[in-house]
Amino acid sequence: MRATFAKTLTEIAREDKRVLLLTADLGYMALEPFAEAFPEQFINVGVAEQNMVGIATGLADGGFIPFLYSIAPFASLRAYEFIRNGPVLHRLPVRIVGVGAGFEYGTAGPTHHGIDDAAALRPQPGLTIITPADALQMRSAMLATWDGDGPIYYRIGKEEKVVVPGLDGRFRLGRAETVREGNDLAFVVMGALAPEVCAAAEQLSERGISATVAVVSSFNPSPVEDLALLAQAHRLLVSVEAQHVDGALGSLVAETIAEAGTASKLVRIGVRRSPQGRSGSQRFYHALHDLSQTAIVERVLSLAAGEPV
Amino acid sequence: MTTSSETHRSVTGRRIREHVLRESRRANVGHIGSSLSIADILAALYGGILRVGSPEDPDRDRFVLSKGHAALALYVTLFLRGWLPESELATYCGDDSLLGVHPASELPGIDFSTGSLGQGLSLAAGAALAARMSGSRRRVFALVSDAELNEGSTWEAVMFAAQHRLSNLYLFVDLNGQQALGYTRDVMAIENPVERFTAFGWDAEEVDGHDVPAMTSAVAAAETDPRPHVFVARTVFGRGVSYMNGQIKWHYWPMSEEEFAQAMREVAET
Repeated sequence: MRATFAKTLTEIAREDKRVLLLTADLGYMALEPFAEAFPEQFINVGVAEQNMVGIATGLADGGFIPFLYSIAPFASLRAYEFIRNGPVLHRLPVRIVGVGAGFEYGTAGPTHHGIDDAAALRPQPGLTIITPADALQMRSAMLATWDGDGPIYYRIGKEEKVVVPGLDGRFRLGRAETVREGNDLAFVVMGALAPEVCAAAEQLSERGISATVAVVSSFNPSPVEDLALLAQAHRLLVSVEAQHVDGALGSLVAETIAEAGTASKLVRIGVRRSPQGRSGSQRFYHALHDLSQTAIVERVLSLAAGEPV
Repeated sequence: MTTSSETHRSVTGRRIREHVLRESRRANVGHIGSSLSIADILAALYGGILRVGSPEDPDRDRFVLSKGHAALALYVTLFLRGWLPESELATYCGDDSLLGVHPASELPGIDFSTGSLGQGLSLAAGAALAARMSGSRRRVFALVSDAELNEGSTWEAVMFAAQHRLSNLYLFVDLNGQQALGYTRDVMAIENPVERFTAFGWDAEEVDGHDVPAMTSAVAAAETDPRPHVFVARTVFGRGVSYMNGQIKWHYWPMSEEEFAQAMREVAET
């Protein structure tokens, strides 16, 4: 998605000189296409994320549309109060791009994992969060939202090639995209875990369990009505996210079910443990936190067998 | 387009102080000492330095009150310039008022909402860069407290402004020597501030923060320097009210009726 981001932003900037790209000294082998095409619209602010957000607030107030690039936890959490008091409080079109959604920075370890950015930012009023499931959807989402009025946090991955079957790059702000229909349960998945969940659904179908898969790629606005409909149509909802279970997708689904008054059961799959010092690949972390295709399948099978969740 | 400064004789340090005292007393709130220490800086800015034809002019000079807790002094200044009705000034700290303890940009004349210390200079630097990239001659002025120099983010913005040679950025440091719980020399000493800013690549000088003509001249003289400009303004906390001078408690404390009467008498004599 990084390369797609840089390519898409370069196209947008060619048409609109208000678009700027600021980076907190990250983006090697990713941002060069933009930096080379528009050196006057590219600023490396140095390793200073909170100042980057403050600078962007002043730039947006002056009529520009600044995109800010850093690794997800630095872009979101390090700069959190500047985001809150800057683009959120002033309702300005600052675009914060956090790369490395979930465990994509695997071996870099817990300081670099984007597993609490969406959860932390979701309470901010008027801050749209966009967390695409693949590069095609990343591009659609950018083209659909880049020139909106308020601030946006784009939570993007590094994967370029893997696509979500049936998604075909569709993106509608505040809507869930159903990519597979089933009767026994509905998976609700956020971000680049979607292909994993689709594969799990396929594997479950071979075991006689038919699952809907709905992809949620935006919060604020959140797809509340779509989720309520899913809850009405399925007895079991399973949310899956490479994120702490409290605050982001799982919480949204839980809130929606409770407020809609439906009788569905919800199982939230996500990060529940603290880091323990041992690091590894993204695959390692997905296995550790029961986010792998295998773990997801086993979880649903145990639910189907009536075992405790 | 606003191109030159005009003098506004209605905006004086004494008048700002009188109204600050009146509104503080009426609302029974503190932050009085902090507002009094910047009254003359605001008088210099809004009485002549700033090129602001109206708060709606897109090419007006911008002002960021980074020490947002002194917003009352700014509200009063906007009132004295004729941009804020007296009836609205009287809503200060009331319910459903745009005039809270800290300034909100929804109020005409307030360019940026502030209140959390150490954030204003980043906003100002971004606004200055926006002006330059837009080809506008507008300038950006910011006012920070000396305690805001405790914040690392302030120095991130200082470095950014120097790196990008933001010569349209003008910073006043209200060097009143105290912060919420103590004197800056005891909490986080800021020795040789001019030398520090100079070392960071700024055009820096010390000014008397109560000498309006001197501050006005200093800004005019700085205009041709290609670096961002900082005026380390030596001020007296609670300036004009003897019992507040240098007293920590007047960071938060409201006045009694007797204290108010004495303060008004003393300020009238300044």
